[in-house]
Amino acid sequence: MPVKTKKAQLKEIPEEKAKGNGIPKLKFNSGWQYAPAPESASHVKLKDRYDLFINGKFVKPSSGKYFETINPATEAKLSEVAEANAADVDKAVKAARNASDKYWKKMPGRERAKYIYRISRMIQERAREFAVIETLDGGKTIRESRDIDVPLAANHFFYYAGWADKLEYAFPNRNPQPLGVAGQIIPWNFPLLMAAWKIAPALATGNTIVLKPAETTPLTALKLAEIIQESGLPEGVVNIITGFGETGAMIVNHPGIDKIAFTGSTEVGKTIQRAVAGTDKKVTLELGGKAANIIFEDAPLDQAVEGIINGIYFNQGHVCCAGSRLFVQESVYNTVLRKLKDRIETLIVGDPLDKNTDIGAINSRSQLNIINKYIELGKNEGAEIFQSSCNLPSKGFFCKPTLFTNVAQSNRIAQEEIFGPVLAIQTFRTDEEVIEKANNTPYGLSAGVWTDKGSKIFNLTTKMRAGVVWANTYNKFDPTSPFGGYKESGYGREGGLHGLAAYTKL
Amino acid sequence: MSALKERIVIPDFRLSPRVDQVGQEEKTSRFTKRSIKKETKVEGLKLTLSMIDLTTLEGKDTEGKVRQMCYKARHLHDAYEGLPTVAAVCVYPSMVRIAKEAVGDSGIKVASVATAFPSGQAPTEVKIEDTKFAVDKGADEVDMVISRGKFLEGEYNFVFDEIAAIKEACGEARLKVILETGELVTLDKVRRASDIAMYAGADFIKTSTGKIQPAATMPVTLTMLEAIRDFYYNTGKMIGMKPAGGISKSKLALHYLVMLHETLGQAWMTNQWFRFGASSLANDVLMQLVKEKTGLYQSADYFAID
Repeated sequence: MPVKTKKAQLKEIPEEKAKGNGIPKLKFNSGWQYAPAPESASHVKLKDRYDLFINGKFVKPSSGKYFETINPATEAKLSEVAEANAADVDKAVKAARNASDKYWKKMPGRERAKYIYRISRMIQERAREFAVIETLDGGKTIRESRDIDVPLAANHFFYYAGWADKLEYAFPNRNPQPLGVAGQIIPWNFPLLMAAWKIAPALATGNTIVLKPAETTPLTALKLAEIIQESGLPEGVVNIITGFGETGAMIVNHPGIDKIAFTGSTEVGKTIQRAVAGTDKKVTLELGGKAANIIFEDAPLDQAVEGIINGIYFNQGHVCCAGSRLFVQESVYNTVLRKLKDRIETLIVGDPLDKNTDIGAINSRSQLNIINKYIELGKNEGAEIFQSSCNLPSKGFFCKPTLFTNVAQSNRIAQEEIFGPVLAIQTFRTDEEVIEKANNTPYGLSAGVWTDKGSKIFNLTTKMRAGVVWANTYNKFDPTSPFGGYKESGYGREGGLHGLAAYTKL
Repeated sequence: MSALKERIVIPDFRLSPRVDQVGQEEKTSRFTKRSIKKETKVEGLKLTLSMIDLTTLEGKDTEGKVRQMCYKARHLHDAYEGLPTVAAVCVYPSMVRIAKEAVGDSGIKVASVATAFPSGQAPTEVKIEDTKFAVDKGADEVDMVISRGKFLEGEYNFVFDEIAAIKEACGEARLKVILETGELVTLDKVRRASDIAMYAGADFIKTSTGKIQPAATMPVTLTMLEAIRDFYYNTGKMIGMKPAGGISKSKLALHYLVMLHETLGQAWMTNQWFRFGASSLANDVLMQLVKEKTGLYQSADYFAID
């Protein structure tokens, strides 16, 4: 072919054919393999048994009952923790009330700040230990607990420590006062981070606390109790008690509680809502989500694909704001799907303690069952499934990164929160259509928009009924930024200036 | 080959995919967190050695210097048995004959820069002559530079046609097209230039001449690898990648291999499809290899500096 005739003709870059053009897929799982690099857990000291942290001391539960907490990656027992009953809850609430009346609400903000700063520095000092325990107890990868959970938890304490003596500036001319005793119930997906989200603003505003971590992941909260004890925080200001849902219900129903902060499922959120009806307890709920991640044809596709992967497979999909619904503009659908599938093949699934691992263990057997139930449901609904070709460890709770195509709004996998590494992909044609579809959900926690066009971002962010909208990124968290939902995703905001308001009488 | 070419639809390069700098930096930092040690490391280091284009591109280059470098290319570190040779030596056209002689039958390729390297500021006819000269003297590979001035003016057809013309002048020699990404600055432009080069007939795309800072960086290289991947899926044709300049440490080279492995996969993990343009990388790799074997770091004086 003569070179001179090979002029560039003006045509759009052709969209790839639906079923490929006979070109073999790239192969990622052969040849050069990374060496296993498990983080050592030998420096971690776990007690055989953990008691309840009430009034500055570890005390035995009055029931005398303990339950096991296991490593979901190996199913081996890690330790056992106390199960708090009504008497223990009462003791904890009374201790918190006493601490509030006696010193905490009277203490000047600058003094409270010192304790909060101390806690954040101690978390930093023991960051490695916290990261390993978080991974052991919850199944999340060491990469995430080391780089995200633990540093972000410390940052929340740092951030709110700074507010403690500046509340008059946060709420000018409104004389902000603490609410009293806060009952805080936190989920298993980010155990330490959620404890920090709850404890830091409550302490900064002068409240005292009864906190209950989730039954599958109590260990980092109990380690945090050790730090709190060492920090010299007046006894009873923070009480950490462990147990199941019933213990949580006892906290919610206790008459001595002034405020409930709950992060968890929408179902439990509704129960709490009913329980506090008619009382003067203040409530913030941060519940489920089914976030829309929207890719327009003009988006930087490779980075968008990376964002989708982080959006849904971060923390095994155990994220309330996970981008579990993907909307792709039809003109780039085949390209995006091909890129997604290739990327999924490069995700390393396995031992959460290994520094190479991208996707760790599912938090519990019951959660794995829920996820598998939805995967079956998706198949039965006629959606097309694609899973990574990786091998799963023979022990422990693991799930392959999964995506479904050929999904409609009316599919249950596109409507209900799965809370696992399962992505439902839908297509759209116009901006109006995708806005309508994205908002057509009972949830409204978060959303993502991927486009090169600034005006499109602003148009969408104003129309999206979601607490957080990320543009050209996803799952970015910062203590200064408020977080919370619309509709069944709950109400109230945590983080930032808004997070102070939830703990303040104005 | 020609049947394959006829299937290729030349796109409008103004519509090349956009690239997000922040996302790209975040992505490349993920590659640096993979753990490469023990056998994986030794394997990666040997692969790195075999992918090096050992380079001397100086005004003061002499036959003596080129001969010495070519000897080093064949005998990287004779004290360590079983080492590969480098992939190629890279020299100016005037040194091609000497280099060809010096590498002999070792299988090491001779690459020659051409087209008024490094600025490319010469008429196309001169560039074609430059290329033909290098090929006549026996160059197996030609490293050309694109006309960055024309590219930045938006004269994409000119850039395209020039690459196509040089490709024709190369004959059997493989063509590496240097984008000089340090002068293109944005990743959007790197992506566009990559697309132009590949559709115009490049066998390899290469980041830099080594004469401009910044030279190769991980976000730039990732952008080019992604362009290669899209081109592969659109045309079925594999294109090679050569980051050049600024990669002088083993650790960084291994990060590049991780990036290559996770972007293009196993098929590209050979010196047919990936090269490092570097002059000082080889000795650092050798130092690491010896350390893996003996457990001890030796001083730089134990490795020859040709």
